[in-house]
Amino acid sequence: MAETKIMDTKGIARSINRITHEILEHNSGAKDMVIVGIRTRGAYIAERLAKAIKRIEKTELPVGAVDITMYRDDVTIRLEQPIIQKTNLPFSIDDKIVILVDDVLYTGRTVRAALNELMDYGRSRCIQLAVLVDRGHRELPIRADYVAIQLQTFRGENVIVKLKEYDKEDAVILQQNNGGE
Amino acid sequence: MNDFTITGGTIVNPVDNYYGPGTIVVKKGKIAEVRKGKAGKRGNVDASGLLVCPGLVDMHVHLREPGFEYKETIYSGSLAAAAGGFTSVACMPNTDPPLDNQEAVRFVVQKAKEAVVHVYPIGALTKARKGKELAEMGDMLQAGAVAFSDDGNGVQNSVIMRRAMEYCKMLGVTAISHCEFDDLADSGVMNEGAVSSRLGLGGRPRIAEELMIAREIMLAEYTGSPVHIAHVSSAGGVELIKQAKKKKLRVTAETCPHYFSLNDEMLESYDTNLKVHPPLRTKKDVNAVKKGIASGVFDVIASDHAPHAYEEKALEFDYSPPGMIGLETSLALVSTELINNKVIDWLEAVRLMSTTPAYILNIPAGKLKAGEIADITIIDPKHEWTFTEDDIKSLSKNTPFVGKKFIGRVVRTIVSGKTVFELK
Amino acid sequence: MKLRSQHLLGLEGVSADEINLILDTAVTLKEILSRPIKKVPTLRHITVLNLFYEPSTRTKISFELAEKRLSADSIGFAKASSSVVKGETLLDTVWNIEAMKIDMVVIRHSVSGTPLFLTKNCSSKIINAGDGCHEHPTQGLLDIFTIREKYGKIEGLRVAIVGDIKHSRVARSNIWGLKALGASVAVCAPTTLLPYEVEKMGVDVYTRIEEALEGADVVNVLRLQKERQSAGLLPTLREYSNRFCITTERLKYLNKNFTIMHPGPMNRGVEISSEVADGPFSVILSQVTNGVAVRMAVLYLLSGGVGKIE
Repeated sequence: MAETKIMDTKGIARSINRITHEILEHNSGAKDMVIVGIRTRGAYIAERLAKAIKRIEKTELPVGAVDITMYRDDVTIRLEQPIIQKTNLPFSIDDKIVILVDDVLYTGRTVRAALNELMDYGRSRCIQLAVLVDRGHRELPIRADYVAIQLQTFRGENVIVKLKEYDKEDAVILQQNNGGE
Repeated sequence: MNDFTITGGTIVNPVDNYYGPGTIVVKKGKIAEVRKGKAGKRGNVDASGLLVCPGLVDMHVHLREPGFEYKETIYSGSLAAAAGGFTSVACMPNTDPPLDNQEAVRFVVQKAKEAVVHVYPIGALTKARKGKELAEMGDMLQAGAVAFSDDGNGVQNSVIMRRAMEYCKMLGVTAISHCEFDDLADSGVMNEGAVSSRLGLGGRPRIAEELMIAREIMLAEYTGSPVHIAHVSSAGGVELIKQAKKKKLRVTAETCPHYFSLNDEMLESYDTNLKVHPPLRTKKDVNAVKKGIASGVFDVIASDHAPHAYEEKALEFDYSPPGMIGLETSLALVSTELINNKVIDWLEAVRLMSTTPAYILNIPAGKLKAGEIADITIIDPKHEWTFTEDDIKSLSKNTPFVGKKFIGRVVRTIVSGKTVFELK
Repeated sequence: MKLRSQHLLGLEGVSADEINLILDTAVTLKEILSRPIKKVPTLRHITVLNLFYEPSTRTKISFELAEKRLSADSIGFAKASSSVVKGETLLDTVWNIEAMKIDMVVIRHSVSGTPLFLTKNCSSKIINAGDGCHEHPTQGLLDIFTIREKYGKIEGLRVAIVGDIKHSRVARSNIWGLKALGASVAVCAPTTLLPYEVEKMGVDVYTRIEEALEGADVVNVLRLQKERQSAGLLPTLREYSNRFCITTERLKYLNKNFTIMHPGPMNRGVEISSEVADGPFSVILSQVTNGVAVRMAVLYLLSGGVGKIE
């Protein structure tokens, strides 16, 4: 397995900064906005976005996190049930602009599950998707509104996002299959 | 084949205390000669490497006819008996209608004529086995009953048991007692112990059995009547009978193969084939039963063959009737658990399974002697086999021993000179 | 991590890891019960048969709610209005319903060992909702969940179970679960209501309530059935109450920050006074809420699929 570091700490910080500006520009500010991260790493990125917005707009936005395990579409074929973590949405999303955040956008199934879960919580004004990495190969008609890095990948490759809060370092790594073992 | 000679085998004849080479000559369904020592000429039945015994006698079986023919009939039970090496069986009266009058006894005697082994009815001690009024034991004796019992249940009322025993004494027969006080047994379904507490199943305490054993022993002493204690399961029971024998009281005792091969811990599986009255007890009790057999406390090993239909055993534990079949596995269990482990030898085993039960019931069986009916059981003591459902000749299959490996098997059963079972 | 068995028949022999997995899962699922839409689509491919051969309010509704919150199809069965009155056997009943393609059976029955009997004769996953006097694992789990919710742990706590231990499946399940997680357990009852050799289950045994409560953190009070008096096990309920009722006066023997529990339904004034049952240290209603979450966790963890692994 060959590993290539696509992004380091500084790179990630700059990207998050850029996305934050894009979000604020697109929505003309942060009014009626909430940020919801998809567990596990999307939640940490959501926190970072909220901090950045606080720095720029001087406004503290509500931040939540959703665990999408209960909404996965593979529940009939898994032999083991995955461990569930807690969904934490202690505020209403009715008529709010929800910025949904995840680390990697790939097939789109995770985002689909998150959308379904959010629908069960209320009727938001709109949901916009922000991701750190878009690696292509969508299996559903889902697209991100804000993307830090667009990566061309093959299906056999792995995109690994590491975050200081969880993995002790910040990095975006591409694992490539050499062909042999 | 009414005339034949058995040679090459080892004769096991408790009535003579003989265990050694010999020849049996059978003419017209009777034993003509019993010759000790090696045979000169080879006979038509070659018993080399085999044991030649008087036909086995099971004095405690339930043949379910009349009334419960879907579980077993006298005929099907006799096939099972033959496969187990038994040439005579005595069947208990808890049929429907019960065997508590001469017509019922005559019915069994008549049906027994179609059976492949000798079948002797045991009549009830009390009317309808209700334990309240004595049954017409005199009439039943004349009609062919060989002993009396309310088996299936104990006689709860002590004065009734006293009178029943005294009456049997007068008739010259033995009263057989199923020792369990129903009130102490408290509708339990297994032995009361640490296991029943864990499993949440109602317990039948051993004192429910031991208290009635003590009662029968004291009644036997007080009235001078003989009594036979059926299916003893507990260490306390063994001890009581041991003391009774020391006092030379007319008390005989019987146990069953399941009481020396199974224990209450196995009930974890909630297998209804392990549900039996009296219940399987602890490992300590199993050891005491084995010691009792080794030291002569027990006179008889009987099967308590109790067939029940599949749909009756495929029920929730409390709802399932107690009992397991045993005719086809009795000898195999004695051979595997007792003889193989040197608890007793073959001479003692045949005494427990043939000579003594025949003596207690006063039936013509249990001895290899010139003039006796040619009831002979031939056993291969070294035959290794696994018991499967196909080996079951009974109409019912309620046994926990399917799949068990045995050492020792009946290879031929001869009744009145006729071969009624032969192992292919 | 998953549960070792595909059934939940009891807590005897279940490891601390497995119990913690169920409890941790229940914590996250409990949150669903306070959402605006109290439903997740996770088990919509599962059909559960609630086979209740004994009457029940709490457990039956709790299971039904747990199933529905996970979007499973839930079918009920009331013995009195079923073919059981026509004499249909348990196996025939289950086989016939299985022929309609169900996945799980939640069974409550008055005969111990019946859930195990079903696992040997049917193809569905079996959850024991109470079998005779044997086990009531989901009750044990929700009791332990409630204790853990308050104290943050089970290890080192002292739990006293008071009441008709002899006939109690709740007591047995609690004993196994609590001991697996490192609590020390005391049982207290009149001698006639103690199981034979109960100390072999690893519990301290008392026939005096003061001794049982001394140093205990939690008291789990069991219901005393009125029938025990007519069955000759007790002289009167009044005398039982005199000697064993958990009253305000008796609370003084307990450790500070104690907890009062009861599986319900209560006989107020017999085994527990109204004051104590409704008092500030009682978590009886929390137990009921937690019951739905715990049952959701059990249903979720046992519902693994049958196909390809990723």
